[in-house]
Amino acid sequence: MQRRQSSETLKKPLQAHHKNQTDLSAWRKGRRTDPEKNVQSHQSPNAQENDSEQDSLEEALRYFEQVQDCVSLKKKNVLQKHLTTVESIALQRGLPTEGFDVLLKVALSGKLADTVNTRLLKSLVPASVIPETSVVSAVSWLCVGKCSDNIQLLFLRWLITMFDFIDHKEELHALYGFFFSFLQDEKMCPYVCHVLYLLTRKESVRPFRIRRLLDLQVKMGMQPHLQALLSLYKLFCPELVTITLPGKTKTYFKNSEGPWKAAINAVRRRNQANSPVFQTLFLGTAQPQSRKRKWNTQLMIPASSTNRNNLEEDREKNCVKLYSRNESFPVEQLQTFSQLLQNIHRLEFPSQMGSVLTHPLLLHYMNCIKDESVYLRLYYWMGQTLQEECPWCVADNSQYEEEFKDFLETVYKTECFLQEGFSSCEEFLYKSLPLWDGVCCQSQVLRLVSWIPLGTFSEMKSHLYDPLVQLFFTSSLYFKCSVIESLKELLQNWLNWHVTHLDSESDSQVHSLNTTLSGLVNTVAELIHFVGRISAVALRLENNHTFLLYFILDFYETVCDIYLRYNLPLLIMPPAGVFYPALLSMDAVNLNQLCYIMYRYRTNLVAAKENDLSKKQMLQFKFSSQTYQEYNQYLIAMVGCLWTSSAFQKDTHPQGLRMDDELLKKTAVKEVKTSFNIVNHPAMMGYAVRFLQQAWPDDTTFNFSLIKGRKWDWYLEYLYSQGLEGLKLFIESSISRVSQASHSKA
Amino acid sequence: LPPQHNADPQKTAFLLRKQWTLYSVTPLYGFSNADLKHYARLLSAFTAAEKQKGLAVEVGVELDIKVTVSNVPDLKGSDRDQDAILVQLSLRSSASQKNSEDKLVWLGCFCCVFGDHLSENLPEDFTCLPLFLANGAEGYTSIVGSWFQKTFDCCFRRLAISPLNLSWMAAMWTGCQVDKTTSAMELVFSAPCLPYPLDISYAIHPEDAKALWDTVQKTPGEITQEEVDIFMDCLYSHFHRHFKIHLSATRLMKVSTAIASAHCDGIIKFLQSKYLAGVLMLLTELAISQIQ
Repeated sequence: MQRRQSSETLKKPLQAHHKNQTDLSAWRKGRRTDPEKNVQSHQSPNAQENDSEQDSLEEALRYFEQVQDCVSLKKKNVLQKHLTTVESIALQRGLPTEGFDVLLKVALSGKLADTVNTRLLKSLVPASVIPETSVVSAVSWLCVGKCSDNIQLLFLRWLITMFDFIDHKEELHALYGFFFSFLQDEKMCPYVCHVLYLLTRKESVRPFRIRRLLDLQVKMGMQPHLQALLSLYKLFCPELVTITLPGKTKTYFKNSEGPWKAAINAVRRRNQANSPVFQTLFLGTAQPQSRKRKWNTQLMIPASSTNRNNLEEDREKNCVKLYSRNESFPVEQLQTFSQLLQNIHRLEFPSQMGSVLTHPLLLHYMNCIKDESVYLRLYYWMGQTLQEECPWCVADNSQYEEEFKDFLETVYKTECFLQEGFSSCEEFLYKSLPLWDGVCCQSQVLRLVSWIPLGTFSEMKSHLYDPLVQLFFTSSLYFKCSVIESLKELLQNWLNWHVTHLDSESDSQVHSLNTTLSGLVNTVAELIHFVGRISAVALRLENNHTFLLYFILDFYETVCDIYLRYNLPLLIMPPAGVFYPALLSMDAVNLNQLCYIMYRYRTNLVAAKENDLSKKQMLQFKFSSQTYQEYNQYLIAMVGCLWTSSAFQKDTHPQGLRMDDELLKKTAVKEVKTSFNIVNHPAMMGYAVRFLQQAWPDDTTFNFSLIKGRKWDWYLEYLYSQGLEGLKLFIESSISRVSQASHSKA
Repeated sequence: LPPQHNADPQKTAFLLRKQWTLYSVTPLYGFSNADLKHYARLLSAFTAAEKQKGLAVEVGVELDIKVTVSNVPDLKGSDRDQDAILVQLSLRSSASQKNSEDKLVWLGCFCCVFGDHLSENLPEDFTCLPLFLANGAEGYTSIVGSWFQKTFDCCFRRLAISPLNLSWMAAMWTGCQVDKTTSAMELVFSAPCLPYPLDISYAIHPEDAKALWDTVQKTPGEITQEEVDIFMDCLYSHFHRHFKIHLSATRLMKVSTAIASAHCDGIIKFLQSKYLAGVLMLLTELAISQIQ
């Protein structure tokens, strides 16, 4: 039966051959009659050169088309000349589509000597694509068996190397059986396996072929090329064959690219934009094991492999529609984003959900397909893995801390990618935080904290805040900063979640208790109060350390903007234990940060007040007058401290700076009154000194009182130019021009 | 202990008098009871492929290793539990001894006894059989376990039994009626933090233990943590009176009674068919709490 088919396919390419011949002349004519090109060829010598090259190539192709079986001795130099032409053009620019048919035919027909055939095959480098018809006709010549073994092998290697340049592959697929029959040949077997590997589709995998391959395996033993082909068969039809690849093998196929490597690279560079990407082997997907572990270890993130659960169904489909093309796309082959887009309708999740963690394309897919099962599978796997491998919960695991760190890192990255926390991770944190020493995998654990989903307060308090606070107060400054940082991120993630769900919420059906607006506001408020409390204590413990203050104020930069930036009716002022250390900080960075925060509080409060007046919306979430009162108290203290030098007199906050004159006198500090303003504030004094040095270079007395009136304005400009952006925003928004005017008068 | 589900004790007798290693298993995804034969074919090919790494194996041909996967409907607590699944691995007898039977080398059993609360909110494509018992070489457990993990996206974890749960078992099993009380109740303790291992075996006549338990238990059919603590404390003080050793400072490792024997590493042996379901129910409970 195969023979008959062979003669049929032999006819078809021959017809195609004739068609190609006319194509060739058309190509020539087209070029000749193209007036524009003629003009060009006159203009540029380069183009002219190209032209003559093309002429000689055409001549060479015509020659090879008509060449007789035996080239007589005197015509040998003619052959030599044409051969050189083909070679030089091929290696420089690649051959035109039309050339392949002629050259493949002559190389495989055995008319010429093997050295010539070899040189011809080696020069078969496409300028753009290789027409499928010429490859099909070449395969039929291969079947005829007129060429030597070496040429057969070289052709197969050429086919493997050029596979991606063939314009279509449908007819080539129809020749699967022919290639398969070549497996018998021991020399050709490795290359034929590679060709089959490139050609195999699900419908190519048939029981009789599997049996044939297994027979070969018995005959030849473990051969990497057979293993590769068989494992591809297993991938498509696990219900027919199975194989466990040994971990050691790195390459499954001999490198065929050799003779064409340089030329191929050149072609690739030329058509970089749409160059086909070589199909890479997707066999060794398992990660290297760093150590021998238990069989049921879960820390190994599984490699993505096709789900085999619907095997029965598949088999039935096979019976009905043997050549159906709408089978699912194996995840092993999914390697580019465009593949994802093209196959998204026939993609299935891998058999082990955990593998998505290291597969960004599948994460994209997961994001599109909101399937409960997907999350449940991931939930179980991740929950078990975290519990089983946690170094501080399971005694024997302490030596595997590095691996666990990597795992937590991967989980965190996935959460960032999905913009969503995993519930298994949340449960793990709740279970393990009370046992945590605060050191093991520190930064990973704290980063995971930032993705804890919004819960009720009582839950958060007993599971998160309480264990965290114990570690917080007893650990180093850097740990404190890290905790504040991750709580800031937690807050931002909650707020982002709120913003993104604001629009979709209206059409969603279920409002669980903690997703209602009041539930959200309460939980967020509790988090902010919690951070406020621990910040105030931590500042006292750490002597108002600038570094810590920076992280705390960073947290409040998010808090002060909640109303406008996240559309949530909530504004909470920092406690006095945070505000005053920042106001009296020795560092201009902190003071500048505080100024910016107060400016944003003002903007938010003003906006809220305007909305209250105009819309009367969300009455239940009106900011209490206490918030405004607190803001005003802080504002008075700040203005007194930075501008009017009246901090000790005007501050009305119960924990503020207000002091009786009697008491101030007892301190015996001179010029108490002016000790706090924009010039004399300890954080600003450095700027004041530099300003004085620039304004009065000869004066070395550092007389700060010189900075007043117009100089005061100059000083302000100077401060703004030093990058104190927050200070600028604060002064311009919160200090009335009257006082500015009065100062400039003075 | 709960009343036995009206099951045929013959069908579950394979569990008795064998040593089983316990695992918890998360719900199987995409498992179907209709495909058991198919799973057996795949699993036997997989086992063969694993044993000879690098050689491909055709699915469905006769292999040296034979796998059967079957249901054990009698092994469950209520109708809401999934049918248990029994996986058997046996080596085919060689051609010369055609008449001899295949040699059973490994047994694995997935089951769920009164554990339906695990499946309550799960979609239909999940099958809840949280308790897995394995008997045979660990190499086979690893092959079968990996195949299940890969195929049904589940996780296996060894199910250790804490000293607290062991003392519960000691108390519960002491109170059970056994027809022939021949074997003694034995508790094995291990002293921690010693340079050399020191195990203490404490054997009690079952009737004495039962008499003690009867004085402790207030309402029959109901056990509280307090009662268990009192029971164990009594045993400890008795031991201290004789040997001046505080067992409360050691770790309870193993409990053996006429009902069953359990080791803290998660190894169990069932001895009484009558109380099989009761013990499995407790183990199912432990497995579920490890999963959730």
